Amino acid sequence: MAVQDIRPVALRQALQPNIWDVVALILVLGAMVLIVYGGEQTTAPLAALDVTPVSLDPANLPFYALRTTLRMLLAIVCSIIFTFIYAALAAKSRRAEMVLIPLLDILQSVPILGFLTFTVVFFMNLFPGRVIGAELACVFAIFTSQAWNMTFSMYQSMRNVPKDLEEATQSFHLSGWQRFWRLDVPFAMPGLIWNTMMSMSGGWFFVVASEAITVGNTTVTLPGVGSYVALAIQKRDLPAIGYAILTMLLVIIVYDQLLFRPVVAWADKFRFEQTASGNAPTSWMLDLFRRTRALRALSSPFTTLNKIVSNLHIALPGWSPTAPKKRGEPSRLVDALWLALVMACTGYAAWEAYQYLSATLSLSDVFIAFGYGLMTLLRVIVLIALASLIWVPVGVWIGLRPKLAELIQPLAQFLAAFPANLAFPVFVVVIVRYGLNANIWLSPLMILGTQWYILFNVIAGASAFPSDLREAAGSFHLRGWRWWTKVILPGIFPYYITGAITASGGSWNAAIVAEVASWGDTRLTATGLGAYIAKATEAGDFPRVVLGIAVMCILVTLFNRLLWRPLYAFGERRLRLG
Amino acid sequence: MLDQIDQTSLIDIRGVCRSFPKGSGEDLLVLENVDLTIQSGEIVGLLGRSGSGKSTLLRIIAGLVAPSSGEAKCRGEIIKGPPNGVAMVFQSFALFPWLTVLQNVELGLEALGIDSAERRTRALAAIDLIGLDGFESAYPKELSGGMRQRVGFARALVVHPDLLLMDEPFSALDVLTAETLRTDLIDLWTEGRLPIKSVLMVTHNIEEAVLMCDRILVFSSNPGRVAVEIKVDLPHPRNRLDPTFRQLVDSIYARMTQREEPKAPTVEGAHSAGVGTVLNHISSNVLSGLIETLAGPPYNGHADLPVLAGQLQLEADELFHFGEALQLLKFAQLREGDLVLTDAGMRFAHLETDDRKKLFAEHLINYVPVMGLIRRVLDERPSHTAPAARFRNELEDYMSEDYADETLKTIVSWGRYAELFAYDEQSELFSLENPH
Repeated sequence: MAVQDIRPVALRQALQPNIWDVVALILVLGAMVLIVYGGEQTTAPLAALDVTPVSLDPANLPFYALRTTLRMLLAIVCSIIFTFIYAALAAKSRRAEMVLIPLLDILQSVPILGFLTFTVVFFMNLFPGRVIGAELACVFAIFTSQAWNMTFSMYQSMRNVPKDLEEATQSFHLSGWQRFWRLDVPFAMPGLIWNTMMSMSGGWFFVVASEAITVGNTTVTLPGVGSYVALAIQKRDLPAIGYAILTMLLVIIVYDQLLFRPVVAWADKFRFEQTASGNAPTSWMLDLFRRTRALRALSSPFTTLNKIVSNLHIALPGWSPTAPKKRGEPSRLVDALWLALVMACTGYAAWEAYQYLSATLSLSDVFIAFGYGLMTLLRVIVLIALASLIWVPVGVWIGLRPKLAELIQPLAQFLAAFPANLAFPVFVVVIVRYGLNANIWLSPLMILGTQWYILFNVIAGASAFPSDLREAAGSFHLRGWRWWTKVILPGIFPYYITGAITASGGSWNAAIVAEVASWGDTRLTATGLGAYIAKATEAGDFPRVVLGIAVMCILVTLFNRLLWRPLYAFGERRLRLG
Repeated sequence: MLDQIDQTSLIDIRGVCRSFPKGSGEDLLVLENVDLTIQSGEIVGLLGRSGSGKSTLLRIIAGLVAPSSGEAKCRGEIIKGPPNGVAMVFQSFALFPWLTVLQNVELGLEALGIDSAERRTRALAAIDLIGLDGFESAYPKELSGGMRQRVGFARALVVHPDLLLMDEPFSALDVLTAETLRTDLIDLWTEGRLPIKSVLMVTHNIEEAVLMCDRILVFSSNPGRVAVEIKVDLPHPRNRLDPTFRQLVDSIYARMTQREEPKAPTVEGAHSAGVGTVLNHISSNVLSGLIETLAGPPYNGHADLPVLAGQLQLEADELFHFGEALQLLKFAQLREGDLVLTDAGMRFAHLETDDRKKLFAEHLINYVPVMGLIRRVLDERPSHTAPAARFRNELEDYMSEDYADETLKTIVSWGRYAELFAYDEQSELFSLENPH
């Protein structure tokens, strides 16, 4: 009975297009045309780049913005695919997990710009004389700045899938493949989307650095906003910098409205909560698509396809029901073999690396690199401390005013996407004019983009601070210093730590760009590991690039393990509210 | 061949044991030598305290856990992974929050590869049957607990299972909702409208078991064993106020408390437990409150457990835990379905806070060996401090990590109340610093 009610309505709906269909159709067609147009350019031979070099004419900016956005979207798609495979492997196979998770941890701390050096050479050789080689190198660089946090988020979600849902999927005979799409992915969705948005913001920083690549004597300039900025800096063209900033702002707004808002609003249903909570996110774009009739009918083949694909009965190893895991000998033996294999590979890699590096470098080079590393470490510590001193009070002030917080939150996220390069002119001009010490005054560039993470996490923490605790503090007349130390600082601590971890990680990465700043012919260099790596990259001095990256990895990992993780654990254990 | 299949029982469990790995080497036995057969057309209840392994047994039958030894068969075949024709209803509902009611119900059918038209028909029929009409497109978070569990039932029924497994399906619901759902289900069952052949349910609610089941297997704890099997011949619908019903409930209460008798010898001075006793975390407030209630009218130190449970609105299982704690501390005794205050318990009820604490401390030291041990260690050490790890390791020689944690939590909470010692959560350190 009810069956008949449902179908004819659905069919009738599908047949009558409405006004929203027209709007939506135009948007979809427009996107397709743009993608095809942008894509066609990549198959051109490399020489084409020299024929039509990047120009500072603002009329070209929409096209450059399109190219850059396509690269970033492609990188995000790659990151998502990588995330699904890597996280699934790590979460489902104990042996893979032993290797994959520490590996991810290290990859996260590798300075992304360091990758460029190797990948450019690799991809250019893969497609000799074609633009696509350079394009792929650039996409890969962006990918490496986006993928790791997404993968971590997915892995953690997959490890924390509620046990009762897991049992339900088993009890109802869902295959491993079905379970992945029906349980693991939806459960991981909210975290994954949030991290994807963060990654997209973070990607801008590296787009600027990776579109105009110089490695040794190879220089490739891909048309895009990044190379536009690079050229503007080289030519000291201040208006062009302004246009670039404006373009970025527009692009960020556009993809936020057309892509992320709808996705966030749509993904609200994946939030794992048993009771409906207050405000659900909304999106005009999603509403528009939900109102269209014909377009929804057009998309139904995709929905069906998705259903068929996610419903395939593919048994995946590791998803099988909890077999009686008798701690038997064979599994121990395999474990031992696996461990031996991993150790052998590690040993071989260590030997190779030693061979390669010791041919050109001596022990004193290592000491020099570590010395530079400590300089950069000092900068990171001082800057994080300074940024905290400024942004924690500001963030608390904003966060306790919900209306204001709503306005500032997106602004802070936009500022976080801002590449440090765009601030070069101001810094270089001021430092040169007043004869300031570059070692000190270039440092703020490192934290220019990343300090906002502290701000918006503190805002989030202060907004979430329970009002009954505030009222209690008020009724006991807690004010001034006592209020800060006893009430609000402990309350926002977990949020602050999350922000500070992100900010400090980002600052390390930014060091490579920030310690060497140029404006036209003026070039300022601060002493530090970032400048060391940047210089080695420019000179094509691979052993020193490797050494610099290794030192940075070690310092970042130690810094995380010895400082941030314990603080984070402390915050989660003692100061998490509710 | 067909005849033979009909004759084999739906579920056949023979000598099943299950143990779980424990912190220190040896495994913890939770299920020992259990036999069970389920025939067509009956509702079987597994009744027992928490930790009696009844949920583990249910999961063995569901194919989610494998037995350590013995054999579990479904329709004559050894259970390896979830068997066909067995569906499960979960205590926590286990609904997918991102799927609508209809999609949740269709899930099991999709996994079976049933085509979409039939899927829809069957899902709507199940939704109709269980009284969810009109909620098809709602998401679980928009529903009340009772409606959610109805989705849980519809999802299990739609696959037309021979055996429906229910893991404490009503215990997350409030009293009224649970009762409605129970009677609805029993009505459908007696009218023969449920597309199932048998039901196996786990519960710790004695009345619920007597209300619904044709056969009740009472489990004893540590390790879980079938203590007794009780047939319930009362016709449906059953009346809770019917004298035969009450009698049956009383006798099960008596039997469940009786099992604990050997653990608590009445000889004064003899330690009733070793260091390895698992202590359930029960707040000293609850214990004081219970002692006061027992000491006051109408009980005057002697209460019938079902009556007490009814008045305090407690599940039998909770009340057992409280009673056991009082028994361990020698403030009360559990006897044949009754809870009787000891002289010390009566005295406790009439003392002021400080004196209560002193009496509590005295009983802790004398009757809870691990408390005495901690106090002795602290007294002997020059620093008067000891890390929690020292005692946790000792506890883990006797029990699983989870139980050791629970026991340690109880020790800290009771020790703090009795002002026997101080405990710093940050450094996980016991000390004699600030008591007295």
